[in-house]
Amino acid sequence: MSSVDAQIVALHAQIASCETQLQRLRDQLFEAESHRDISSGAATGQTPLSLVNVAPSSHPTETSEGFSHQEKGQKVAKIWPLDKHEYRRYGRQLIMSEIGLTGQLRLRSSAVLVVGVGGLGCPAAAYLAGAGVGTIGLIDGDTVEESNLHRQILHSTERVDMAKVDSAIASLKSLNPTVKYVPYHKRLTAEIALDIFDQYDVILDCTDTPASRYLISDSCVLLEKPLVSASALRTEGQLMVLNNPPLPAGNAQGGPCYRCVFPKPPPAASVVSCGDGGILGPVVGTMGVLQALETIKIITKGIQRSSEPPSLLLFSAFSNPPFRSIRLRTRKAKCSACSAQATVTREALESGSLDYVQFCGAVSPIDALAATERVSVVEYSRLYNSSDAAMNTQPSIKEHILVDVREKVQFELGNLEGSINIPYSAICRSSATASTDPLSQPPSEDGWVAQLRNLAEDRPIYVVCRLGNDSQLAVGKMKELGLDGGGTRWIGDIRDGLRAWRKRIDPDFPEY
Amino acid sequence: MSAASSEDVIPITVEFSGGLEMLFSNQRKLDFSIAAKDESGLNSNVAFLVRYLCDNVMKDPRKDLFVLDDTVRPGILVLINDADWELEGEDKYEIQKGDNILFVSTLHGG
Repeated sequence: MSSVDAQIVALHAQIASCETQLQRLRDQLFEAESHRDISSGAATGQTPLSLVNVAPSSHPTETSEGFSHQEKGQKVAKIWPLDKHEYRRYGRQLIMSEIGLTGQLRLRSSAVLVVGVGGLGCPAAAYLAGAGVGTIGLIDGDTVEESNLHRQILHSTERVDMAKVDSAIASLKSLNPTVKYVPYHKRLTAEIALDIFDQYDVILDCTDTPASRYLISDSCVLLEKPLVSASALRTEGQLMVLNNPPLPAGNAQGGPCYRCVFPKPPPAASVVSCGDGGILGPVVGTMGVLQALETIKIITKGIQRSSEPPSLLLFSAFSNPPFRSIRLRTRKAKCSACSAQATVTREALESGSLDYVQFCGAVSPIDALAATERVSVVEYSRLYNSSDAAMNTQPSIKEHILVDVREKVQFELGNLEGSINIPYSAICRSSATASTDPLSQPPSEDGWVAQLRNLAEDRPIYVVCRLGNDSQLAVGKMKELGLDGGGTRWIGDIRDGLRAWRKRIDPDFPEY
Repeated sequence: MSAASSEDVIPITVEFSGGLEMLFSNQRKLDFSIAAKDESGLNSNVAFLVRYLCDNVMKDPRKDLFVLDDTVRPGILVLINDADWELEGEDKYEIQKGDNILFVSTLHGG
């Protein structure tokens, strides 16, 4: 070895030694500075952590607590706990005592799963990405539809028909490219739930069916994950933080789960979807934003540290006051998921023996009428068009009566000429006993019944609705009320409703 | 016995939310008085209130969307003065003057 070579080796060794020393000094400096920061922020109740070693790439499920100096020998010198861009990007929340450096590091090292990328999931994921959550998983098996866009803010007109998960990630990446996004292009099922949930720290229930809500809650209990659950319909929303703190089943100090609050699912007939009931964008958006907020609170405070009593937040956009917080029960002593006597076990869930769909029941398609009481849109269109032609200028239907039983607001969106609107809600309220009881009949017979009696005499009544369900029930009710004159007048419905009319007869009929 | 006096009735507020108002003629909030004693002369409790609402206030014939097996159906939370009724004794809770009782149907949309 030449003297030059020896010199090179010696210099290498010297540099390495200096670098190690330098790294140690930097570590000590961070330590000292973070202690100073924490003592000055002690009033926030944050616990001192070893902040230095929360690496940006740390595994999603690792929390910052419990780490010590195992990375000390690392070659890469990091002067500041956050990257330069992170100070800038998160500066407005970093300077708040509720977040601070500790909170930001906890956000960065956390992984959050958003189940359902719709009206709740979109705003929730957007704010979580914006806040710098390290990893965001997104599960949804659906594709974007035009009717989603008024509320599902991560999707766009150009991305109609794209998988919701991909559409959302495209938006989120442009919002914050430094977050790791994990797509799951499928509907959540019991077979996959535990494997996926296991990789995350907090789960957000942004789904829209009771079956998925029970599955998500059970999985969170089994894996000891806090659950931020929200829902919305029409002008109202509800929010609960469940299983928080996420203590093992049987520990009464843990937060209640979905089954503690709702041990039995609601009857399937009482469950109304946004598609049927309607939803206002900012209402569901508000709830999704609140989910992101609760998630940020859980993460920055430190998972397992919740001391807030369980509550349900009710939002009613057209009430005053619009927000109301309700105190909820604690864990139920006999809860089938989170008590010591739980029957919802990992084995039961994974084997598929817990049939969530069956547990919650399905609404079987209504089949209330005989074939002779129903006509297809094609059959009806012949009748409709012939009477239309006969009437020429008069848009009334002389030979028969067409009753549209959709709610007034839907009727006004578009209806068949000559049809009469009698909303199903009014029909189902009418009592059959009232009209057969001679004493109570005169004052109690509803306006619509009298209207049909006077109008009709023996002309047949065709009943139509949006999809062909309410129309069947309305026919049944009309017969119960004696409008068929004991069989002298035909009353029946138009199968599959106005949806079929648009598909097969008139493509210009409005779709909503 | 004298005619009913204010001693015999309890003024309360009942509210409906989460779509239940549709079963009650779209009324979200009702202020009314309920008998202080139930059919058997016992202090009126929430179970009695639920029966009273079903028989006297609810015009919608779809009773099963509110009551099932003699109690409020699954999926409805009953909140007594902003607390889950399970914290207050459920349907055994005896109604007090000025109580606010809220019936909330759980929502599922998202």
